[in-house]
Amino acid sequence: MELFSLTIHELQGLLVKKEISAEELTKQVLERIEQVEDKIKAFVTITKEEALKAAREIDQKRINGVSLGPLAGIPMALKDNMCTEGIKTTCSSKILYNFIPPYNASVYEKLLGAGSVLLGKTNMDEFAMGSSTENSGFFATRNPWDLNCVPGGSSGGSAAAVAAGEAIFALGSDTGGSIRQPAAYCGVIGLKPTYGAVSRYGLIAYASSLDQIGPFTKDVTDCALVMNTITGHDPFDSTSANADYPDYTSFLVNDIKGMRVGIPQEYFGEGIDPEVENKIKEAIKKLEELGAIVEECSLPHTQYAMPTYYLIAPAECSSNLARYDGVRYGLRAEDADDVLSMFSRTRNQGFGVEVKRRIMLGTYALSSGYYDAYYLKALKVRNLIKQDFDQAFEKFHCLLTPTTPSVAFEFGSKSDPLAMYKQDVCTIPVNLAGIPALSLPYGLVNNKPVGLQLIGKAFAEGTLLRIGYALEQNSQETRITPILEGVK
Amino acid sequence: MGQYEVVIGLEVHVELKTKTKIFCGCPTEFGGEPNTHVCPICLGLPGVLPVLNKKVLEFATKAGLALNCKIAEFSKFDRKNYFYPDLPKAYQISQYDLPIAEQGYLDINVNGQTKRIGITRLHMEEDAGKLVHQGLTISSSNSSLVDYNRTGVPLIEIVSEPDLRSAEEAKAYLEMLKAIMEYIDVSDVKMEQGSLRCDANVSIRPMGSKEFGTKTEVKNLNSFRSVQRAIEYEIARQIDIVEEGGKIIQETRTWDENKGITLSLRSKEEAHDYRYFPDPDLTPLVISREWVEELKAGLPELPAFKKERLIKEHGLPEYDAGVITSSRALAEFYDKTVSLHPDYKAVSNWIMVELLKLLNAENLEITDSKITPQGLAKMLKMIEKGTISGKIAKQVFEEMFNTGKDPEVIVKEKGLVQISDEGQISTIVDQVIANNPKSVQDFKAGKEKAIGFLVGQVMKETRGQANPGVVNKLLKEKLTKL
Ligand SMILES: [Zn+2]
Repeated sequence: MELFSLTIHELQGLLVKKEISAEELTKQVLERIEQVEDKIKAFVTITKEEALKAAREIDQKRINGVSLGPLAGIPMALKDNMCTEGIKTTCSSKILYNFIPPYNASVYEKLLGAGSVLLGKTNMDEFAMGSSTENSGFFATRNPWDLNCVPGGSSGGSAAAVAAGEAIFALGSDTGGSIRQPAAYCGVIGLKPTYGAVSRYGLIAYASSLDQIGPFTKDVTDCALVMNTITGHDPFDSTSANADYPDYTSFLVNDIKGMRVGIPQEYFGEGIDPEVENKIKEAIKKLEELGAIVEECSLPHTQYAMPTYYLIAPAECSSNLARYDGVRYGLRAEDADDVLSMFSRTRNQGFGVEVKRRIMLGTYALSSGYYDAYYLKALKVRNLIKQDFDQAFEKFHCLLTPTTPSVAFEFGSKSDPLAMYKQDVCTIPVNLAGIPALSLPYGLVNNKPVGLQLIGKAFAEGTLLRIGYALEQNSQETRITPILEGVK
Repeated sequence: MGQYEVVIGLEVHVELKTKTKIFCGCPTEFGGEPNTHVCPICLGLPGVLPVLNKKVLEFATKAGLALNCKIAEFSKFDRKNYFYPDLPKAYQISQYDLPIAEQGYLDINVNGQTKRIGITRLHMEEDAGKLVHQGLTISSSNSSLVDYNRTGVPLIEIVSEPDLRSAEEAKAYLEMLKAIMEYIDVSDVKMEQGSLRCDANVSIRPMGSKEFGTKTEVKNLNSFRSVQRAIEYEIARQIDIVEEGGKIIQETRTWDENKGITLSLRSKEEAHDYRYFPDPDLTPLVISREWVEELKAGLPELPAFKKERLIKEHGLPEYDAGVITSSRALAEFYDKTVSLHPDYKAVSNWIMVELLKLLNAENLEITDSKITPQGLAKMLKMIEKGTISGKIAKQVFEEMFNTGKDPEVIVKEKGLVQISDEGQISTIVDQVIANNPKSVQDFKAGKEKAIGFLVGQVMKETRGQANPGVVNKLLKEKLTKL
């Protein structure tokens, strides 16, 4: 039995019945990592010994009759921008190549409390800036569906790890599509929760008002199970929402009759690969078959989302990343003769091209004399984009769009930053509005997965899971697994 | 000097005495081994987030109310971005365009005249750490260490209107501000420990001119004395430049306490662009009017009101009332003492003369001295009853100041009880008359003053313990009978 290819809920059944132990499961997944990692390169750090130790502890607890949750003993991976005490956390940046946090991210604390087993930290675009994981300061991660293609980004390592069976589930972070786009490219489920639903404490910030942690899983049920563990109010995060968080599995009912689904015009047509669009239209038909009411709608400010994002996110990042100055931790340039040259040399040597580009963009947008024209204007447009969604949700339970304009592309094929930025055109508006969106695989184009995006209003993750679950239960297109070349 | 008007505005930083820092749970306590009052949050480690300490908002609001400010209904925190090794996030969380309080004032008293000084704004922010240079000066150091204990200690910055017209007024403003912060109990306001810091914006303009001259900002003012000295120096420097046909350059200058001069630190061109923007990690503050009213109702009597009351109800001279109310501790000492011994004038005199003399001589705060209101009240009662003379009381007072002992115990131990027994004194008076025929003769010849010498001699013989009234009476009786 290939344990690594199973879901959380399938494995949990086996663990509860004591047909397998957490240690066996963890060993098998670690073996799988050994087998495929030189091809995929999903991990920056693998914590083999700690994982086996944690798994044995869970087994002991189970023997002792301690009541355990559904994530207990399940091996998982974290994107390398979530702080793990005593375990290197690098953001795939040279500037943090040796940073070992003295504390845990709140989300990792929750996973530890639930008994899940950390296998390691996954590769990403440096500081989560990018859409291909090519911007990692260390190495690129490959797409398990086609090793010549990118896994997407910035959470490419987490997406590839789940798709390749190197982790049962993983967490990523999504600032402009960094969970959903790699989930789409790798053919797994990816959810960006409502801003504030998952604590950001211990998530190394890229753009604070947009960043949100969310899960990568193999199916919708697993997504609900992980959401049950990671959501909730955190007193250490002032932007964390003190809301009623439901049991997300309660939405997993195979019935969407009468649910109203909007199809925003602006996400189709120009710039979208026609084959991808066709797949999405198949999904729309499927929803209608299942009794959903599907109608076209409009989000008129969509075209301004990209420029708005590329002012707000860089502005926040220019400030968030200023602390990497070589004074306290991480890289320090050796050859400096005073404090200023230590700052500038450290930052020059430690940051990659894309990070520098965004820091400069953001610094400019916040400069005196430009603030009103750029940053303040962007905040106003952000509000308009949010209003578009608010209006749409007066009529619809959810909106449906492609997650990405195309399927995974080849390494090096998007060397123009703007071409790369356009990969996030369907995902960025959601972050600006602070609302949740689920990316669900829906078939293949050229043997590469297509991603379908369901967008909901704030705290309506349950609705998205319900519709996703119905599609999953009634279509062969959603559960797809790559066949890795040269792996037995 | 007469042809120029001086224009001064002060920017004052006050460290709030909350138990914990503004955005984390670390203690705010002064001192401590370097980097022991720190945690991932105040060290700005990757991934951490700030959570506002509600006490900081409360203290800042109280300060705003005590300074007659309008308290914002909607306020927020902004990031002030600049690189410096003592600033671990490379930005300071501060408030930019929506401070917690605005448009206030405080009244100062200079040369018997009351003057209202406008307060532009009051905002909350976090403090930075401290560099410890490994040489005598920053430029002679090969390296510097950083102590982050102070990082994240809450501050309020209070910016005055350019309403001050002399170094003396600036000092009076600062003293009043200090007193108010003490009264409302939000800060230790100790300049030497850095819990009260002051920068001065100084400019001059021709008398009668409505336009402001070019200002310089003077930093590194570490005592009330240096505030006054630095401003006086800066005024003189600016006048010299203008008199010589030069132009003042807008710049930041630092006060060199030892040399007694200000030195250029950086010009306007080199000034930072702080790229302020709203901190996305902190949610905006919506401040309820009910809460503000509650705080307002809970404010104690402030120094200006207390001073008025002491003048009107206790009949104290304005100067004395001003001095006593200038520090919260002194005012509380006065209040407590008069509650036990309601002779306002006597209590005030003992504080103004003896207590302040001893405090100044030893450079102590009243809270550092051992004297208690109970002790002073008891001693004043002993004078009233005639147990001790006013003269002896000074000795007793000093002893109380140094040891904190009860005045009765001191009097008993030192044998200082006043001798009022006429029989006992009479014998000594006879002796003194016999031993000083010259003075007796002088008195007889009409030199009334000679009696003073004879009284002194009796006091000397009794080591000051004889009741001066009795001595006087007996001497007069016996001399006239001669
Ligand atoms: Zn701290």
